[in-house]
Amino acid sequence: MFRARPEARPATIEVLVEGTPVLVPEGASAAAAVLLAGLPAIRATPVTGSPRAPLCLMGVCFDCLAEIDGVPNRQSCMVPAAPGMRIARQHGARAARP
Amino acid sequence: MTHDAIVIGGGLVGAAIAHGLRGQGLGTVLLDEGDIAHRASRGNFGLVWVQSKGLGAPWYQRWTRGSAGEWPGLAADLAARTGIDTALSQPGGVHLCLSEAEFDDRAERMARMQAESGNHGYDYRMIRAPELRDMLPGLGPKVVGASWTPYDGHASPLGLLQALHRAFTEAGGAYIPNAKVTAATAAPHDFRVETAAGAFAAPRIVLAAGLGNADLAPLFGLNTPVRPQRGQILVTERARSILSMPTTTIRQTGEGTIMLGDSMEEVGFDTRQSPPVMAEIARRAALSFPWVAELNVIRAWSALRVMAPDGLPIYDQSDRFPGAFTANCHSGVTLAGAHARLLAPMIAAGALDPMLAPFSAKRFDVPRAA
Repeated sequence: MFRARPEARPATIEVLVEGTPVLVPEGASAAAAVLLAGLPAIRATPVTGSPRAPLCLMGVCFDCLAEIDGVPNRQSCMVPAAPGMRIARQHGARAARP
Repeated sequence: MTHDAIVIGGGLVGAAIAHGLRGQGLGTVLLDEGDIAHRASRGNFGLVWVQSKGLGAPWYQRWTRGSAGEWPGLAADLAARTGIDTALSQPGGVHLCLSEAEFDDRAERMARMQAESGNHGYDYRMIRAPELRDMLPGLGPKVVGASWTPYDGHASPLGLLQALHRAFTEAGGAYIPNAKVTAATAAPHDFRVETAAGAFAAPRIVLAAGLGNADLAPLFGLNTPVRPQRGQILVTERARSILSMPTTTIRQTGEGTIMLGDSMEEVGFDTRQSPPVMAEIARRAALSFPWVAELNVIRAWSALRVMAPDGLPIYDQSDRFPGAFTANCHSGVTLAGAHARLLAPMIAAGALDPMLAPFSAKRFDVPRAA
């Protein structure tokens, strides 16, 4: 669905989006990796369960929430990609751990 | 334009009263200042709270509890009229104590509340940590116990405000925004106010303008010496439902966010936030429920409570200009049930019930000690 625009930086950082390796340039966000992975959605909302994918890409809409390296509910557009990062779907609200 | 009643103030207090007056069949206009107003109704915590209110003032305990009792009817009425769910939940509530000293203070306070309740009774328990841990998951090791009453609960303040406005206007009430009162004339059962949105006249007027009442009241022969008291609130990201009941300072909303709050600062008309107070709110929350510390705080704000000198509401009718009423409180959510379903009918009938006499601002008319 999405293609990377012409990019001077080579895609050298490998992250895992739902287990699939995706290469992004240094400085790209986890949300960019989600879009490049072509997922139909990265999360489902807590209230209605409706699907969401990254939208605003500037930390406002919260549609890009994902579980990143085991931490739920992270705004993937605000998280720089790092080698080996694991980005996974967020289903509903996170569980608080008593 | 002439109406049966003018209500000044479109927040929770004014909207609840206006909704109630409309329900009594009165042609009512609700005048709202605009976005420069302090808008306590948009910044509050959302408790429908009984257990902390009215020590030394049993009439306030009764009024608060009466309002909590009216809330289910109000919520059902609003839901039926508007389809808006005010997320009312009244499972009881607890006040957590983080030290033996806090527990002892609380126990003494609750015993006095019960002693003052008279024939109305006051059901409560002091609960020690082991039993409390079975009620509330993930309670921190610093919590030594809590007070509990069955009367407490919470609701969505914004849902309530929206529902009151919609119910009022759909029933034919006139809501006028950007209508700050700039001038007023008063005579018994004959009031006229000028606003940026026009002039309005009615034989009845209700001042429910929050902190704005301090300046409005003297125009109508009334006295409302209210001052701002700042409260700050932190809000976390949504989490799966985990808290089965609200505490005085921590609650989980219907949507899953955890709200943390209940600071009190005497800083005048200053709505800034202050990191030390925010840190203390977060510190106590993490001591109460250590798992809260893992959640991201996504919003924080401050708002100004409407406080009388003794912290109790003020309700009055003007002696000089009968037909002019004032309603002032810092608990617009808790007291919404009473305002819509008990106070509004009194105002429509033209007289406050004697049960409200102790809330008159005349209680402040005492000579100062030399």
